[in-house]
Amino acid sequence: MQIRSFMHRFSARVVRHRMMQLCVVLFGAVLLMAAADDTGTRFNKLGHAMMCACSCGQILLECNHVGCPDSDRMIGELRTQLASGGDDTSIFNWFAAKYGPTVLAAPIRGGFDTVAWITPVVVFLLATVGTALLVRTWVRRRRNTVTTPEGIPVQLPENDAVRERIRRETEY
Amino acid sequence: MLLLGLALSVYTLLAGAFALWRFKATNADDGSGRLGETARRAGIASFIALSGAAFALVWAAFTNDYSVSYILHHTNRALNPAYKFAALWSGQEGSLLLWAWLLTAYGFVLRLRHRVDVRLSAFASTILAGITVFFLLLLNFAAPPFAIQPGPLAADGFGLNPLLQYPEMVMHPPLLYLGYVGFSVPFAFALGALMMRYPGEKWIHITRRWTMVTWLFLTLGIFMGAHWAYSVLGWGGYWGWDPVENASLMPWLTGTAFLHSVMMQEKRGMMKSWNVWLIFSTFMLTVLGTLLTRSGLVSSVHAFAQSSIGNWFYGFLVLVFCVCLFVFMRQRDHLKTENKLESIVSRESSFLFNNLILLVACFTVLWGTLFPVLSEYVQGSKATVGAPFYNRVALPIGLFLLFLTGVGPLLAWRSTTLRTIRRNFILPSIATVATAIGLMIAHVRPWEDQSQLYSLMAFSLGAGVITAILSEFLRGANVVGTQTGKNLFTASLQLIQRNTRRYGGYIVHFGVVVIIVGIAGGAFNQSTEQEVGFGDKINIGPYELRCQSYTQDSNPNYDTEYALLDVYRHGKYVTQLAPEHRFYSASQTNSTIVANRSTLQHDLYVIYEGKNPETGRPIIKAFLNPLIAWIWIGVLVIILGTFVALAPAIKPALAASRVIHTEAVAVGSGD
Repeated sequence: MQIRSFMHRFSARVVRHRMMQLCVVLFGAVLLMAAADDTGTRFNKLGHAMMCACSCGQILLECNHVGCPDSDRMIGELRTQLASGGDDTSIFNWFAAKYGPTVLAAPIRGGFDTVAWITPVVVFLLATVGTALLVRTWVRRRRNTVTTPEGIPVQLPENDAVRERIRRETEY
Repeated sequence: MLLLGLALSVYTLLAGAFALWRFKATNADDGSGRLGETARRAGIASFIALSGAAFALVWAAFTNDYSVSYILHHTNRALNPAYKFAALWSGQEGSLLLWAWLLTAYGFVLRLRHRVDVRLSAFASTILAGITVFFLLLLNFAAPPFAIQPGPLAADGFGLNPLLQYPEMVMHPPLLYLGYVGFSVPFAFALGALMMRYPGEKWIHITRRWTMVTWLFLTLGIFMGAHWAYSVLGWGGYWGWDPVENASLMPWLTGTAFLHSVMMQEKRGMMKSWNVWLIFSTFMLTVLGTLLTRSGLVSSVHAFAQSSIGNWFYGFLVLVFCVCLFVFMRQRDHLKTENKLESIVSRESSFLFNNLILLVACFTVLWGTLFPVLSEYVQGSKATVGAPFYNRVALPIGLFLLFLTGVGPLLAWRSTTLRTIRRNFILPSIATVATAIGLMIAHVRPWEDQSQLYSLMAFSLGAGVITAILSEFLRGANVVGTQTGKNLFTASLQLIQRNTRRYGGYIVHFGVVVIIVGIAGGAFNQSTEQEVGFGDKINIGPYELRCQSYTQDSNPNYDTEYALLDVYRHGKYVTQLAPEHRFYSASQTNSTIVANRSTLQHDLYVIYEGKNPETGRPIIKAFLNPLIAWIWIGVLVIILGTFVALAPAIKPALAASRVIHTEAVAVGSGD
């Protein structure tokens, strides 16, 4: 009866645990979905992925200062490139070749540019895993205590904790 | 005045350091106390000297003294007096003077209030004097604001950059500097406390208000800058991820992390080393921000502030880092944590993850800011890291932070039971899911557009966080109401008064959510551009703009062209907008003056882009930006929340009065 009750509680706990994991995975998946491409107009998308070459520091389609020597021409070139049927990469390459790599509003040339995208993700994952491990270690250390017959909690050294666990596990 | 200020600051530093060293060496007051007192007074006097210098520069601006090079280059006779005053921080030298003056002003307050802890204040005062010496060395030898203009005296000045001639620009830089400079104070206290192995956490209590006020100033400075960009730059946005904007965001992120994690040290004696490094990093990031602004290390729209003083900041940054590392290594045994985490599901754990996310966000911003330099070094060519990069990398991090904003306050200190989690989380979870479903029914299509996905997540999580905050308020207010018999509103006010820190913090969180809602509205922006003649119409969203006229005008400061547009909503006249394009004759530059009709629902944002040279007719660009007003409302809520958190709680006073009352009763009964 006790075993069945234990199994019941155990399985309920496992299910809850799995549900929590599922929620975390789903949340992560939703975040990753955000990285998926949109299906909006290509003109708008590409125009917002490039900078105006006039050194105003504005996104191409947002550059609106009077007398800009470049934005009108560049927008025209973008329309021409789109009409010619090139894919996104070839259009970006065309602009990068004409105006230099700084015309691209984000580092998307491949090679070392990829490092720009990967590094924050790696740092985020390492920091999360590191923090989770740290928290787990702290919590475990905290649990490595025994209570004396007088009821005083005593912190066990690491080896003693292991011995205590072995003693408990080998106890009949 | 500047030389006098330098001499006084050097004296404060040297005499203060010597007095502290003597006191530590002999552990007795052998006259070092009096020497320390002279150092304190010299520090106070340095504030008076710097005030005199700042006043002299403003006076020179108002009296059109063009023999001073700085005044010649940043003002002109026709300039509005408010902007003449703002000339103090409109250029390199003036803004450094403002920085130094604010530093001595903070030092002045600290030195006047030294009785809160004489020794700790002496340490902090000496460290602040060290920082002041650096800025005064710069002002005296590298960027003197009173340099004399060679040659004959000019009849008029070159004028102020037109982009800076806007009301926010009178307030944005001083607020930002109050934030930047203000972090020097908690930094000085933290370093001082570590140097003297300060027992306990009292230094945190002493610096708490400093840190919060400083954080508020930085927040206001950042958002005032965003409002300025929105109102002046005329591209319809408020944040461009420019390196200098990023430079102000980074210390804000670490400062926010510090404000959270320091609570763990206060309450549980945990994360001492972490906190010390957080405040060290925050201060170093303020210096790095200044370095980025001044050195030209990265390309920025704030390029007007660039000069050759970057090397000074490199040196100062290295020096600060070395001092921090040295002191930390020597005293690290003093920072041993007193408690360990008891459960993964606890308030402490949520603070830890909150700190982690804030620091990852800070790293991401720093990485994006410095990547062009790295790219040039590795690939030989610079790369642009603009909004598309941050929108993809930083926004998910921001959303995760929003999630933690909702979760953290619902968890208990030490450990949270599953029952408590279930009880606290059920309503926020329902609100989150219901909002998401509601938005999808209202035609938000997260699967079609990435920005709509982010927006949906922000709205949903925001709803969850607000529900969590409200349910916390209601739960507490119900308890107070039951105890006191007061109605819910009065009970809520009493609840806030009893624990101002906690509920002030909740109000700040609420303000952050309101800001995020405003930002999330950006996914639904609309814009249109059209050349208009008399009577022509532009349609955008529910609005129709009819061109009544377009004309030009001039005054001594600038020439202007503008269009008068009648605005109709669903066919009903609502207002008239007059977008402008100005030409400032003194500085020979153009500027766009945006016309904006702001409502809680959306902003109708109209720009005069210029005239078509062939037809002579104006080109008008109109934006419909939903929910923008909520960003500025959210900032007001943050201000309110911070003031509440700063206010003393009435609980101790009540308790004290109860004790007095009890004693009085006891005495009375004895009689």
